[in-house]
Amino acid sequence: MKPEILLGDEAVALGAIQAGLSAAYSYPGTPASEIMEYLIKAATKTKAFVASWSVNEKVAYEEALGVSFAGKRALVSMKHVGLNVAADPFMNSALTNAHGGLVVVPADDPGMHSSQNEQDSRFYADFANIPCFEPSNHQEAYEMTRQAFDVSEKFGVPVMIRLVTRLSHSRSTVRPREPRGQNELKHGASQDWTLLPVNARRRFRAVLDNQAAMVRLSEESEFNSLRLNDKDRSLGVIASGIAFNYVQENLRDLENPPSVLKVCTYPLPGKLIRGLVEHVDNVLVVEEGYPLIERSLRGLFGIAGKTVKGKLSGDIPLTGELSPETVRPALGLKPLESLDLGGFKLAARPPQLCVGCPHADTFQALNKALKEYHQGNVFSDIGCYTLGAYPPYQAVQTCVCMGASVSMAKGGAEAGIHPSIAVIGDSTFGHSGLTPLLEAAAADTNMTVFILDNGTVAMTGGQPSYASGERLLRMIEGLGVVKEHIRVIEPLPKNLDKNAQVIKEEIDHHGLSVIVAVRECLEEAKKRRRGG
Amino acid sequence: MKQDIILAGVGGQGIISIAYVIASAALEEGLEVKQAEVHGMSQRGGAVQSHLRLSQAHIWSDLIPRGEADLVLSVEPLEALRYLDYLRPDGMIIASRAPFVNIQDYPDVETLLNRIRKIPRHLIIDSEKLAKEAGSSRTQNMVMLGAAAGRLIVKEENLTRFIKVLFERHGETIVASNLKAFALGQAVAAAADFVPASGARAGRGGG
Repeated sequence: MKPEILLGDEAVALGAIQAGLSAAYSYPGTPASEIMEYLIKAATKTKAFVASWSVNEKVAYEEALGVSFAGKRALVSMKHVGLNVAADPFMNSALTNAHGGLVVVPADDPGMHSSQNEQDSRFYADFANIPCFEPSNHQEAYEMTRQAFDVSEKFGVPVMIRLVTRLSHSRSTVRPREPRGQNELKHGASQDWTLLPVNARRRFRAVLDNQAAMVRLSEESEFNSLRLNDKDRSLGVIASGIAFNYVQENLRDLENPPSVLKVCTYPLPGKLIRGLVEHVDNVLVVEEGYPLIERSLRGLFGIAGKTVKGKLSGDIPLTGELSPETVRPALGLKPLESLDLGGFKLAARPPQLCVGCPHADTFQALNKALKEYHQGNVFSDIGCYTLGAYPPYQAVQTCVCMGASVSMAKGGAEAGIHPSIAVIGDSTFGHSGLTPLLEAAAADTNMTVFILDNGTVAMTGGQPSYASGERLLRMIEGLGVVKEHIRVIEPLPKNLDKNAQVIKEEIDHHGLSVIVAVRECLEEAKKRRRGG
Repeated sequence: MKQDIILAGVGGQGIISIAYVIASAALEEGLEVKQAEVHGMSQRGGAVQSHLRLSQAHIWSDLIPRGEADLVLSVEPLEALRYLDYLRPDGMIIASRAPFVNIQDYPDVETLLNRIRKIPRHLIIDSEKLAKEAGSSRTQNMVMLGAAAGRLIVKEENLTRFIKVLFERHGETIVASNLKAFALGQAVAAAADFVPASGARAGRGGG
């Protein structure tokens, strides 16, 4: 088949399609969004499988689990923190004896380019006792995804493909192979899927009993490789996933290259690691994310007679994203000579709301209304409107996780903050804002919730929103919010005074109010005008 | 033969389009390609860059090592300087003189241009003027691509070919203005007093 230039995300998507995928689910989030974007495009063309955005990652995971129950192959993808949302079905699905291959793809964001933390999803795979593949390049992303479905069906567990931003959002060549067909539909299931204690205990035992076989698979994997230098045994490097590339990039500057073990599969290939460690005096571990391999290797007491270097020893930075240059010093190399600014100061250019963005008008009205109150707080959420934290608005004071604005505003109000205000977008509200608003409505908490309805998931490129328009208004009422205190405003410069007045009225109302700011995202309006 | 290029600009200026055209041309010529892009939050009016690596030999890292870039090509003067530490001492910088002002502390443009002029191999292009001449101020990215075309290791005819592919779906007028923008950039760069390129060099340690 013809080679293609693909993003790492797209290589995973293509691998899944050609492994006989029947359905895929996801919630938008950088750097994972392009997996589903690709799948939706392909599914629209071929109608051969289901690919759809879900209301949140937990729902997406459970939909995929239903597909696996029915004997068919399913993929669920999300950004790393999305797996926190789906952690409940994820952990339990390790025990349900997957019928159809179930592959979970979290995309980590080391360096926090577009995220609130840099958690390492490999720990989730370890936590759930399931295999994990960590591709170092695009071809591997494609091949590993295909193989992951087989491994999932072999062991009856979900299998993880761990991506990182640099691979997700880098393009390179992929050479696809012949596709295969989908699985047949299967009705009913053994008791394995009913996780009553009696079944869960039996299934947990079975998963633990499979661990040795999973390690063997890892030890025999073509994605790992050990290259020993017999002439110089001073240093051995263990490099995983994309970090392997950064080591390779630098090796050509070394006259005497170290022994190198490439590790791209988990559970860790013990034999290969022993092969390297026994061969050398010092071990350097280079991995993108948290020091998972280094910690396993070091244990509590280290390895007698050898030094283990890496993130924990300070030889590799413990935070942020790796790069060719962050790895150089640990290999004993000086920085490459380069040009530099020589003290010339450059102004930073942080991301910001688009000129004319409806959120900007909402923040202006909110800031104007809040001038009369001195002690209030604005709890915000995950979306473009988080950029309201930057000047010139400086309108919000929190951003923690999806839906937290509403729950935190309730807690804040109950602690005595007034006005206690939540600001959340329509899609984020659909994702995780409904349940805390249900609680606030039942308690009639003295707080004001803004739902910014721009009709789309704007930050990640304009995916559809489930909680928008008329449906959103009916949902708010259905949750029990008093109708008189559901107010709709149109955030436009000409409405500034009128909107600020509405906001003041609702802050002064002793009880729960919801203000829905309705105006279409500019980017989406532009796209619509262009006819795409 | 290899070439490492940092493409720079502000979210929305069409950096990824430049990358697409060069990468497609390189693939056509049988080169290996890796291209790291920026998606998500930074795209919202923030500083964006793309690492584009072309080589006859295998490319390991998706990121260009600091000190390894042969060229910084920037659609914006402030952004041109942001990635200077990626450039080899004899690397070149090709920058637009048209500022994209969306921050309060945007520096004096002449100060920026003077700093760029201190780099031994530099070329400053009035992409705004040339883009307008081409028929659309949105073609500044193609002006800049044209200005760099003579210094790239891919053939100029392959670049124009993929400009056509890229803009095809937007209609003939858009294709024509982008091709014109490319040609205007090419012409200005050819006439400029510019320290000549030493030719594409071999990768470190052969390659």
